[in-house]
Amino acid sequence: MLKNKLTVFGLTILTLFAIVALLAPIIAPYNPNEIVDTETLAPSAQHLFGTDDLGRDIFSRAVYGARISLTVGLVAVILALIIGILLGAVAGYFGGWVDTLVSRFIDIMLAFPSIFLILAIQAMLTPNIYNVMIVIGLTSWMGVARLVRGEYLKIRELSYVEAAQAIGCSPWRIIFRHILPNAQAPIIVAATLGMAGAILTESSLSFLGLGVQPPTPSWGNMLMDAQAYLRDAPWLAIIPGILILLTVLSFYLIGEGLRQAIDPRQDYAGS
Amino acid sequence: MLEVKNLTTVFYKDGTAVTAVDDVSFTVQKGEILGILGESGSGKSTVANSIMQLVPPPGKIISGEILFNGQDILKLSEHEMIKIRGAKIAMVFQDPFTSLNPVLTVGEQIVEAIRLHQGLNKNEAWQRAIEMLETVRINGAAERIRDYPHQFSGGMRQRVMLAMALSCQPELLLADEPTTALDVTIQAEIIKLIKELQQKFNLSVIYITHNFGIIRALCQRVIVMHGGKVVEVGTVSQIISAPKEEYTRNLVNCLQVLKS
Repeated sequence: MLKNKLTVFGLTILTLFAIVALLAPIIAPYNPNEIVDTETLAPSAQHLFGTDDLGRDIFSRAVYGARISLTVGLVAVILALIIGILLGAVAGYFGGWVDTLVSRFIDIMLAFPSIFLILAIQAMLTPNIYNVMIVIGLTSWMGVARLVRGEYLKIRELSYVEAAQAIGCSPWRIIFRHILPNAQAPIIVAATLGMAGAILTESSLSFLGLGVQPPTPSWGNMLMDAQAYLRDAPWLAIIPGILILLTVLSFYLIGEGLRQAIDPRQDYAGS
Repeated sequence: MLEVKNLTTVFYKDGTAVTAVDDVSFTVQKGEILGILGESGSGKSTVANSIMQLVPPPGKIISGEILFNGQDILKLSEHEMIKIRGAKIAMVFQDPFTSLNPVLTVGEQIVEAIRLHQGLNKNEAWQRAIEMLETVRINGAAERIRDYPHQFSGGMRQRVMLAMALSCQPELLLADEPTTALDVTIQAEIIKLIKELQQKFNLSVIYITHNFGIIRALCQRVIVMHGGKVVEVGTVSQIISAPKEEYTRNLVNCLQVLKS
């Protein structure tokens, strides 16, 4: 996997961003919400990425924004994984009417344009960072559920599952202890790709004003703030835009790299 | 100790029922090795799965009784049956390469079987698992217990399966073609081992195979299955010297041809 230059590029970028996010208070030169200047300044030595319309240091905001975006992505994906694995595992392992029920529920959720669902829910809830995580998680588990269901359908036919039944394992024990570890590879790929999607969704939501609320910086709401000044201060939009692009791209590259490492025959797929 | 009465198991396909086991009855005595002989598709494996009540869907046991020590286990709930599987009735499977979980060490798998049914703590269970591996003659059991299945050969894995199956001292062992996937020399070793273990633990064994040679080496009595039905029951020597049914006669003739 590390032979793939693109994957290494993605890993490098993400490692860097993760370190920056973890060490935000040390790295950021200013308080992200502090008004440090009266003007909107272009990038300079003093303000690496310039300042925004309110005179806040964009570099500091971007650093804290990385924290928010990555955290929202991570928590949303973990939530999606929990729901997706549970439903997919139950459907795939038990089959029959349980499978029919879960599969139709997945179809319904997939048929629903999720961005409208998210917008509708967010409009009802107070738009804060926790609700953003939950809402994204609740609307993005279907892919994982389908994938996990497929894996369970395949693995439950293998004779070590029969052997586990024959020593008296309960269904739950077989689902979590015997099958889940054998299905982890594709789940990890799905989670990586899911991170990209979750971060994009968070950015879109924040951009629409229904996500992370100001003054807390997120790359999405930094983009929204930049709209009015596109002509005069393009860096306001370019910087968070590039950060989102790099992060999402990196997750895709890593996901693709993992996928190829796990199953070389799938080289042609998804490209 | 085991009495199967009029067992019928069917598989549903496109709305029609295909009978895999048709009105099968037989008994197994305490400490006896009963052979079930039959060709592929004769329903012999389904008999074993039915006793375990692990007939894969869309299969279903539709009638009959399975009396285990006088109790009809077909009447037990799934919850009660889980306590019997592994503890009282154990099973070994045909393909040793796929019947161990690749992500768990053999120790973890044997210990799991032990801890599911016996009130041993972790250390005691590991100790017991090592003893079991020694019983099935795995050299350096104390080290090898930490190895993963892929680090074992086919014959060794089948020994591990036997150790796992017998770790809770079951009364009945269902052996579903446990040597079919192995080389002939390894086959002979495993068969010898099964015979030894059977005597050591005073086990009852149902040995399922399509190989008359193994039946002759291992069993006292044999039932011959064909097309889901029992076509003949008797002692091994009876069946070889004086087969009553046409099908059995053909089988025995094959054996003679192979020998000459």
